[in-house]
Amino acid sequence: MINQSVPPSLNAMFRLQWEQAQDCYVLLFPEGMVKLNGSAGEIMQLVDGQNKIADIINILNKKFPDAGDLTDDVHEFLIAAYDKKWLYYE
Amino acid sequence: MIKNGFIMNNETQIKVGPPLWLLAELTYDCPLHCPYCSNPTELGDTKDELNTEQWLDVFTQARAMGAVQLGFSGGEPLLRKDLEEMVKHSRELGFYTNLITSGIGLTEKRIAKLKVAGLDHIQISFQGADPEMNDIIAGRGNAFEQKFKMAQSVKAQGYPMVLNFVISKQNISQVEDIMRLSCQLNADYVELATAQYYGWAYDNRDHLLPSQQQLIDAEKIVNEFRDKQQGKGPQFIFVTPDYFEVRPKACMNGWGSTFLTIAPDGSALPCHSAKMLPLKFPNVKDKSISDIWQQDFSFNRFRGDSWMPQPCQSCDEKEKDFGGCRCQAFMMTGDMDKTDPVCSKSPDHHLIQEAIERAKNPKNPLLERVNKRSIKDADIVQIKL
Repeated sequence: MINQSVPPSLNAMFRLQWEQAQDCYVLLFPEGMVKLNGSAGEIMQLVDGQNKIADIINILNKKFPDAGDLTDDVHEFLIAAYDKKWLYYE
Repeated sequence: MIKNGFIMNNETQIKVGPPLWLLAELTYDCPLHCPYCSNPTELGDTKDELNTEQWLDVFTQARAMGAVQLGFSGGEPLLRKDLEEMVKHSRELGFYTNLITSGIGLTEKRIAKLKVAGLDHIQISFQGADPEMNDIIAGRGNAFEQKFKMAQSVKAQGYPMVLNFVISKQNISQVEDIMRLSCQLNADYVELATAQYYGWAYDNRDHLLPSQQQLIDAEKIVNEFRDKQQGKGPQFIFVTPDYFEVRPKACMNGWGSTFLTIAPDGSALPCHSAKMLPLKFPNVKDKSISDIWQQDFSFNRFRGDSWMPQPCQSCDEKEKDFGGCRCQAFMMTGDMDKTDPVCSKSPDHHLIQEAIERAKNPKNPLLERVNKRSIKDADIVQIKL
């Protein structure tokens, strides 16, 4: 699912942090860890209950001007992240 | 031989990653007497336990190596008055902090204090779906009531909550009620974990190991319940005992690959049961965590596959299960270098089948886990029940 009008928030079950030893962002949850690849880490950092999806896309398009339009990539990731219950819209 | 962070042996070259999972067994002391306990039956003396400063140093060292998950366990970790201080320190270091507790000794106030200290998650164990079953297994009156209240408070105070039910012959018929209870308590994850036969549980195995039919019935109930959930409510994890499998479990994700346990006295172990093995394990009082993890003989002993006997050595699944559990091989065959007898290819597999048979008619008495300091508790329970 994807919701354009409400900002996505990180599910309270998870904590996002940069892990030096893994050289990537990770999601930590009870007794577990998910390693995020570069683009997933960039998107999840912006999932803060404030940025709407359009804001996230804007920020990333500005940050990575050479990457082309990132709209589809962000949508695709956010749908997967919602299915994994990493985030919610409320 | 260690060279540039790689362990070299004759055939393989293994890079040792960080001990991602640090289990801190703060004390073996416990207010409960569960016969399925996997703690060693020879419990150490509490006066040998690491002090606050020593534990904080362990956390600092392990975190610097890349450890990220930290479990406060035991025994009952709440018996340590310095728990809040340890949580605060480790959370500031960036650990994800897990409290693994019986719930006995927890209060609303302490749950709040731990939250302020930065605790991320609380796991509460239950022994059954109702006070009668729960308190008989736990060997303590009013344990269920206390756990129930504390589980409510844990959720009310905004923690992620895992409930852990150790499933045995004693309570397996309650699986559906256990699942309902978990929904009522609004748990996030629920482990329906059949007992693993180590420590006290090994001695009590005949009384604990369910029959294959009981497991089939329980699994059917779990699956039907899950279907009705439609993605809502707790996520249930059903763990069957490896005794009914034909391949062993990939114990600890491979010896010395991911898990580091520090026992109450500071012994460093590749898993919480390993102390039973005829190996000399290092102590954090004498060596740094880095030396222990990277270089100690005991941690390198079963890394890679050059130690493996047949049939593991020539098996194309050895990368999957790493030859199974060293403790199980040792307990059942007397030789820690043998293939885990759970494997149907093991020449010792008949030992598992014999154990399953024996569990149908237990002859030895059920032993209650004994705590040196808690004999009075046990007496009180007898009266209350």
